Amino acid sequence: MKRTVPLIIAIVAGFVLLIANFIPFAESWGLTAQEWFNILAVGAMILGGGNLLKLHLMKVSGQRKGWGYSVVTIVCFIATLIIGMFKMGVNPNPLTPDYAWSGYYLESGSGLWWIYQHMVVPLTSMMFAMLAFYVATAAFRAFRAKNTEATLLLITAGVVLLGRTYAGVWLFEGWLPESMQWLRFDNLTVWIMEIPNTGGTRAITIGIALGVVATSLRILLGVDRSYLGQD
Amino acid sequence: MFLAVTIPILFGTVFPEVVSKQAKMVFDSIDELPDGSNILLSYDFDPASQGELLPMAQAFTRHCSIKGHKQFYMALWPLGSPMVDLSIDTIESEYPNLVYGVDYVKFDYKAGGEAVIRMITQDLRGMFPMDSKGVPLDDIPLTKNIKNIQDMDLIVNVSAGDPGTKQWVQFAATPFGIKTVSGCTGVQAPQMYPYIPEQLAGVLGAIKAAAEYEAAIDEAYPSIADNPKAQEAKRRMGPQLVAHSLMIVLIIIGNWIFFVSRKRGLA
Repeated sequence: MKRTVPLIIAIVAGFVLLIANFIPFAESWGLTAQEWFNILAVGAMILGGGNLLKLHLMKVSGQRKGWGYSVVTIVCFIATLIIGMFKMGVNPNPLTPDYAWSGYYLESGSGLWWIYQHMVVPLTSMMFAMLAFYVATAAFRAFRAKNTEATLLLITAGVVLLGRTYAGVWLFEGWLPESMQWLRFDNLTVWIMEIPNTGGTRAITIGIALGVVATSLRILLGVDRSYLGQD
Repeated sequence: MFLAVTIPILFGTVFPEVVSKQAKMVFDSIDELPDGSNILLSYDFDPASQGELLPMAQAFTRHCSIKGHKQFYMALWPLGSPMVDLSIDTIESEYPNLVYGVDYVKFDYKAGGEAVIRMITQDLRGMFPMDSKGVPLDDIPLTKNIKNIQDMDLIVNVSAGDPGTKQWVQFAATPFGIKTVSGCTGVQAPQMYPYIPEQLAGVLGAIKAAAEYEAAIDEAYPSIADNPKAQEAKRRMGPQLVAHSLMIVLIIIGNWIFFVSRKRGLA
């Protein structure tokens, strides 16, 4: 029962969406299924939050390695949840002043806005900015012309790196004949992106799509049940 | 790397931009529409990719505002909604003649990703009964006659991942033939090229393409060139030039060390 009911739900939902896509009469079935999906997506967020709390509480209670970080996670999670859910510092919507919680949750000056502006933005931006240093280190340590394939990759990367800046134009300015302008790094970058890249990506995309069709059919027919997990 | 990025920022070095074919295609997609066309702008990115994508999102907003297009904003990412707010701020401060609810409107974030797209292709009110201010769509002049996003003349998507451009192409652009353009991160751009030109009318890949798009707007509407905020992507090309050049130097040094070591039998 524990596996059969989810299996039936998955098969029915899958076939409904499939039929809705091809038969105009069944179009509304698809819309209803999507509404259910959206409601379930919200439920999944609650489950995700609960799971996050459970895992980190277990880590703290077991005093496992790095449990201090889990304490920070739990405190931040609960604080953000309370501040956001109760819309702390948010003024009522001027259109509905009688309803205290009707204001915009990210209203300038509110609690959640403060967390967003002063914690989320700098932290996430900093994480992304760190990539520049990782890439620079990788360029020095790992980008080696060890064989033909690596050399080709290296040359392509060099052309694209310079072609994506003004250097791609500037390096060839004034001396490259008009008939050879295609050799400019910015033009070569466009060619690399539009021809070899597009051909390769298209092939990979078609391959993935065929794989998705095969896997979806296996799920719809109940052959593949790995998504149900193990008992 | 820190100095390579910092010094050009401090000196404010700006280089000329040559408008590429892709940037021109995106520019034309918006510019050739009759003034007052309906454009859905979905900003599916967060502060992590703000540095790379916000300048192009702002450029889209400015271009649509100059053209007087009707702008419908939304986000498929929870933290995309504040990104939209930044564009709304731009409209309010730079184009005060545009009125909320008449010229532009914002829908709040809804969970579901591609399911949200599928839903609004059929029934906008089913997903967004109200705008982000809590006003029913039937009471907003801009939305009262909009049934679904098939009423849009163009979709503009700024994307940092999933859900993003791929989902807009799969669930809106392709099945319903809604013209779509995308601005995405450099990492995503190669995956978007196969969709051009049938499923995507153009792609702006990373800050370089954003700078070219800004240059295209400057050429067509010279008055915007006086606005320093509208030159943000071009300003960021200075640090990119120096950082990329530094990486080329590092690659050359790394390979030189590698070949010398191999010659000596150390590698």
